[in-house]
Amino acid sequence: MKYCYKVPCKKEKLKEIRCFVKEVLDKHGLSEVEVSTLVLAIDEVCANLMIHSHGCNPKESIEIEIKVDKGKGLEFNIIDNAEIFDINDYQEPSIEDIIKKQRKGGIGLILVKRIMDDIQIISDKKKHVCRLVKKIHIN
Amino acid sequence: MVDIKRIKEGEYEVIAIKGEVDASSSIELDSAISDAINDGTKKLLVDCTSLEYISSAGLGVFMSYIEEFKKNNVNLVIFGLNDKVANVFGILGLDQLLKIEGTKMEAKALLG
Repeated sequence: MKYCYKVPCKKEKLKEIRCFVKEVLDKHGLSEVEVSTLVLAIDEVCANLMIHSHGCNPKESIEIEIKVDKGKGLEFNIIDNAEIFDINDYQEPSIEDIIKKQRKGGIGLILVKRIMDDIQIISDKKKHVCRLVKKIHIN
Repeated sequence: MVDIKRIKEGEYEVIAIKGEVDASSSIELDSAISDAINDGTKKLLVDCTSLEYISSAGLGVFMSYIEEFKKNNVNLVIFGLNDKVANVFGILGLDQLLKIEGTKMEAKALLG
């Protein structure tokens, strides 16, 4: 089964994205904590893209696609046409370093890497897809 | 989306968060903590009983003040996290770096 949602790049739209992801996942028998953890990962990737790749330009948009496969689990595709940023290349700072330097950012992608089982970046001339995979039992 | 109140309770200051703290609203949490420090508060309680969601933007606010709290001798205790929010603190191990209690009474007892 496949679900899609498209939003303009405005931080105020993050709540709508969270509601969409929650609504989809609630239909498939996941626990409340599992749903909220996956919602968090999608929120982090979308916030990151909106702020750093699109400069919160509401004329640009991102699309979220959720594929539910009872055998494989969940596949989230976050699609846009901004410059490619490969999350796998992200040099993860240590939590201690973030605290010492009093940085407010930098932990969102750490959360995504810890929550998801696989992260792939797929791109062609037209679009850029951040694919997040979670191997989880689905009803 | 988020409603933050600062409440003075004797020698304690309570920052009560209601709603969701994400990339669009974390600045309000940042301002409340910053104002409390600037007002000379030394015993700070963060009431999360009505906090429904927190993303890295909100966690980052707490993390960014850990050093400043040490420098200014400020003690901060967070209390009332629901299971979903507590899980987010746990993923990064922040439950080991920040003081977190179940209730306001326990939080006050920890501050003395």
